[in-house]
Amino acid sequence: MTPHATNLGDSSASATRITPGNALRPEDIVEATRLGTVKPSEDVAEYALRLGDDALILAQRLGHWISRGPELEEDVALGNIALDQLGHARSFLSYAGAAWGKTEDDLAYFRREPEFRCAHLFEQPNGDFAVTIARAFIVANYQFLLYRELSKSTDSMLAAIAAKAVKEVDYHLDHSTQWVLRLAGGTDESRRRMVAGLNLMWPFVGELFQDDSLTARLGAAGVVPSSLKDEFDRSTGTVLAEADLDVSALHMSTGGGRAGRHSEHLGFVLAEMQVLAREFPGASW
Amino acid sequence: MAQNSEPNSSGASIKSVSSAASGKAVLDGLTPDPVQLAGQEHFDAVLAKDSRVEPKDWMPDAYRRSLVRQISQHAHSEIIGMQPEANWITRAPSLKRKSILMAKVQDEAGHGLYLYSAAETLGTTRDEMMDALVAGKARYSSIFNYPTVTWADMGAIGWMVDGAAICNQVPLCRASYGPYGRAMVRVCKEESFHQRQGFEILLELANGTAEQRAMAQDAVNRWYAPSLMMFGPPDDDSPNSKQSMAWNIKRFSNDELRSRFVGMLVEQVKVLGLTLPDDQVRFNEESKTWEHGPLDWDEFKEVLAGRGPCNAQRLERRRTAHEEGAWVREAAVAYHQKQQDKQKAAA
Repeated sequence: MTPHATNLGDSSASATRITPGNALRPEDIVEATRLGTVKPSEDVAEYALRLGDDALILAQRLGHWISRGPELEEDVALGNIALDQLGHARSFLSYAGAAWGKTEDDLAYFRREPEFRCAHLFEQPNGDFAVTIARAFIVANYQFLLYRELSKSTDSMLAAIAAKAVKEVDYHLDHSTQWVLRLAGGTDESRRRMVAGLNLMWPFVGELFQDDSLTARLGAAGVVPSSLKDEFDRSTGTVLAEADLDVSALHMSTGGGRAGRHSEHLGFVLAEMQVLAREFPGASW
Repeated sequence: MAQNSEPNSSGASIKSVSSAASGKAVLDGLTPDPVQLAGQEHFDAVLAKDSRVEPKDWMPDAYRRSLVRQISQHAHSEIIGMQPEANWITRAPSLKRKSILMAKVQDEAGHGLYLYSAAETLGTTRDEMMDALVAGKARYSSIFNYPTVTWADMGAIGWMVDGAAICNQVPLCRASYGPYGRAMVRVCKEESFHQRQGFEILLELANGTAEQRAMAQDAVNRWYAPSLMMFGPPDDDSPNSKQSMAWNIKRFSNDELRSRFVGMLVEQVKVLGLTLPDDQVRFNEESKTWEHGPLDWDEFKEVLAGRGPCNAQRLERRRTAHEEGAWVREAAVAYHQKQQDKQKAAA
């Protein structure tokens, strides 16, 4: 089915509907899965959980920048990217939850740290603006390739979510690319900070492209992470070369996020994100 | 809409007025500047027609100064106003609420940008306005110096603070200064979304558990008086209002707008099933206005003077963001300059 073509649910009646037009919304996914027209397999749900957690934790990180950006334009830009990521997270989590009878909020607020499936890159603290840009640059390059391929998934819902997301990530890619060039080619200080940001973030690239038994089982429903690595190296390499930045000597960390082994940072992110929801379990907001 | 919505067309009209009015200047025997005299005449005519003054039009210095003050204060309020709500973005209790709150706070940054741009058309720069803000020399809406201590405050701010802002700002869509009025049209559309989301938060809480309901009532109690005071001092103690109304910037007095706002709250609070913390609210049949209990204007003045609960914290946060972002802004300028130099060298 094409979720775009359906007119499901009454969420359009909400006074605070925030997605204009007939774009795919998390509410549409909930409605489609409720009606039983789509239901993810266990493997697809596990996979959606990974992608949803990546986007959710990044949105949580970026949300902190709003009102703290170096320019008002960046408050708006980083806020927009955070919103896009949160939208993708809600879609992936809503879809994943359908396999287990859980809502997006059950998954976001009531899972424990080892149950999260995000990669370490997404958990990393914002640092200064250059650190945030270094992370954003890696994420945008990765997600752009990932979603572009996933939009061809044999799972129609994953394909639909990815098709919407890739258009938005295209802007994130442009935003982070422009800033990598500006910071690397701006002043001595900005260059020093951009190099430091890449030194901090680049080690987490490796985990994004690790295959495992789940991605092998998914076949054409998912995207084999390692299949994206060459193009990732080319697309980031072009920009880094223009910026005269070299990441070739940086080591790769081992990762473990997909199996629930996280960095030192995720616990703090979850503590803050989940505190209110857990104070009132079962409450509606 | 404004008749002179294009700066060029109104710029051209100054010339014609200028030549037509040049004889009058000599008659006065005071040899005033003929351009100024013609400009004043044109300005007065624009106000008389209830039309728009545009950036290239001549305008009295006091009008310009008053607008710069009002628009920049408004912009600062949007920017400082992001903080009390950004305080809850990372803790919003559902992903839908988080998404709406992020969008709302981001809108406020956008409002700040339109308003700084509108003020820039009057000859001041955003850097000057931002410097004045972080130096503590500029004012912003005093209500943002109160803390947001519970999630229900997101509801109360949306419903009451943004509701008061809408009452204030809808008439400003007709403000005589074109760029300000037009910025307000867009701002008001988004503010009405903000108010609805605030109301929806309170409605959900009011229909929730006993604790949620108490949280909602507590927030309404705390934000009620400060939101009424957002309209400014009573009319007999509002020095700038009269001139502002004569210039067609302000359309209704502080007390008129406040009364209208109280009437709106009275109806909507019934839908929420909550109460207003004011047992003196009543409709005066004679004056056809809503009346409310006394407000603590001493507190208002204290907060406005910088002695509210969060004044220092709000300014410090803005100053820190500004200072920590300096190297980024410098890098952007340096990069731009280098690119231009490269292009010149290549040409």
